[in-house]
Amino acid sequence: MFVTTLSGQRFVFDDLKTLLARATPARSGDELAGVAATSHAERVAARWALAGTPLRLFLDVAVIPYEADEVTRLIFDSHCPEAFAPVSHLTVGGFRDWLLSEAATDDALAALGPGLTPEMVAAVSKLMRNQDLIAVASRRRVVTRFRTTVGQAGRLAIRLQPNSPTDDPREVAAAIIDGLTYGCGDAVIGVNPAGDSLAASIDLLRLIDDLRLRHAIPTQSCVLSHVTTTLAAVEHGAPVDLLFQSIAGTEAANRGFGIDLALLAEARAATLSLKRGGDQVCYFETGQGSALSAGGHHGVDQQTLETRAYAVARAFDPFLVNTVVGFIGPEYLYDGKQITRAGLEDHFCGKLLGLPMGVDVCHTNHAEADQDDMDVLLTLLAVAGVNFVMGVPGADDVMLNYQSTSFHDALYVRKVLGLRPAPEFEAWLASLGMVGEDGLVLPHVGGAALLDFAP
Amino acid sequence: MTDVAAETPEADPFARLRAMTPARVALGRSGPGLPTDAMLAFQRDHALARDAVHAAFDPESVATQLAGLPTVIVASRASDRAAYLRRPDLGRRLAEADRARLDPGDWDLVIVVADGLSATAAHAHAAPLVLSLGARLPGWRIGPVVLASMARVALGDEIGGRLGARMVLMLIGERPGLSAPDSLGAYLTWNPAVGRLDSERNCVSNIRPPHGLGYGAAADALCWLMTSARTLGLTGVALRNDEGLAWSVGNTPPLA
Repeated sequence: MFVTTLSGQRFVFDDLKTLLARATPARSGDELAGVAATSHAERVAARWALAGTPLRLFLDVAVIPYEADEVTRLIFDSHCPEAFAPVSHLTVGGFRDWLLSEAATDDALAALGPGLTPEMVAAVSKLMRNQDLIAVASRRRVVTRFRTTVGQAGRLAIRLQPNSPTDDPREVAAAIIDGLTYGCGDAVIGVNPAGDSLAASIDLLRLIDDLRLRHAIPTQSCVLSHVTTTLAAVEHGAPVDLLFQSIAGTEAANRGFGIDLALLAEARAATLSLKRGGDQVCYFETGQGSALSAGGHHGVDQQTLETRAYAVARAFDPFLVNTVVGFIGPEYLYDGKQITRAGLEDHFCGKLLGLPMGVDVCHTNHAEADQDDMDVLLTLLAVAGVNFVMGVPGADDVMLNYQSTSFHDALYVRKVLGLRPAPEFEAWLASLGMVGEDGLVLPHVGGAALLDFAP
Repeated sequence: MTDVAAETPEADPFARLRAMTPARVALGRSGPGLPTDAMLAFQRDHALARDAVHAAFDPESVATQLAGLPTVIVASRASDRAAYLRRPDLGRRLAEADRARLDPGDWDLVIVVADGLSATAAHAHAAPLVLSLGARLPGWRIGPVVLASMARVALGDEIGGRLGARMVLMLIGERPGLSAPDSLGAYLTWNPAVGRLDSERNCVSNIRPPHGLGYGAAADALCWLMTSARTLGLTGVALRNDEGLAWSVGNTPPLA
């Protein structure tokens, strides 16, 4: 039980998960779940109590019981006490101060990662302002490699997302070519299939791989099918570069996705066996609210659960992790303010846990958000050192019916912050005469050459 | 999708790309940004979608279009649009005051017309679809058409259950996309009762002639589903269109 007094008013929080939920910045999903603070004062009182809570407590208390949840077992069984030692004496509030201090260098943060549980990271994020989330995350570079190297300082990669409402190869190809002319596609060329049929997935994999080989594009492809479909594609000899799966922070929510940790391990091993580019072969997507949506939230707030999903990701050494922050809708993140906050939290928490975080800066038409909100979050994340963002033609995903970031947004943010593409991809663009010495795509150059790519 | 004037392939090498896909490709550049026309076209389409989300449902106008069919007007427990968007649980339950308006009967089918996330879709497409369906179901005992505001798909479970319907068909405005602000979805549920799972439904989506599925084609698809449901005594994942018909049917409703 946690008790705190705020200006003469006494607040009691029954347990750790309640304390975490009440301390969370306001969002509609926690209100929907009935776990949010019911007043501004209660929220700040919870933060005071959380600030005074020792980090060690998180090693004694599980927000979801060890016996009931394999994600909890993964978190506890993989915790590294030696890595935790430098901060083991701190409270959550003291940990925030340490993170903001000069002691928290990239190397120190990298060494600390295995000593942190997702709940510790979620807890400290709840005490951090947006600028804190940016300041600390910007110090932590998580670099991963497949055919390109993603995550280095001074670079920003783009997932080219060429979706088609009918998986039409011509539509997919047109969007890929368009995106390449803007210098996008260095994180991955990743298409969400409209259906989940094995034949359609294999057709899309071959389409992208043929294009990549024909033009010697140093990148990787992914068809974002269910892991079982990708596993079958591997068995059929399809060119699977990356294994994709949506993941969540509880065993129950993962069951709703039709997965468990053993299945992910099996599929990763199968993908690794193809030896197509490197040992980091996983691409995971997450998003706050998925556990509640699947009825598997255990009364835990959605941001803590999201951070637990990163513990799942961490176990499989991924090449890319993408939080699809505004996709789920206003019942989980109501407006631009909540989406912005969640995007910065997810990026910070993922990076602290050692993940190559990208963010799908996005919104649906029933959320209180528009492109001005997307501009703000995109800019903040690029300042924070996000590994990659999405590139969707005109920001309008015509298959998934939501708005993400566009090829133009990639041009904008790379230009204003001087961020270059992944080095291998930049060299390829340079070989086509498409980029200047600053790595930025030249105006009106190169596109015409790429048009020859069209089938 | 955009009002950018079409140019000849000779004048614009990107016209070939544009012709290949409904996606917003080959928009051109103003520095790193979008040209003004393309930016405003996006804002226009977003505005139409936003207005569709927030449009008030007008059940009387749907009743008028239904040309004398008996109707009942009800609402969910969501008091306004903001509550509706934040609290999907409220949109799945009938307002207390409206429960008494639904008397149990002996119905093979009850059709519910609901605003969902696009009243625009319900206004435009629900009544013509209901009339197409009625003409295809001779001999069926079809209950009054229930016109429901602030409704989620699962509100049909409580409505159908109270009316004693053997199956309920929910015609509901789908989440608007930028290119489709008026798409109607149809969800069929056997033996409706509060607590049915989404996996126990079948859906036909993207009903929005002339761009999407037409009324006749949608009605044919739904009649096949309803006839099969009556034969098998179920809906959901076990009931699928495996006959290669020219329409698609799913059992998960991602967009409503």
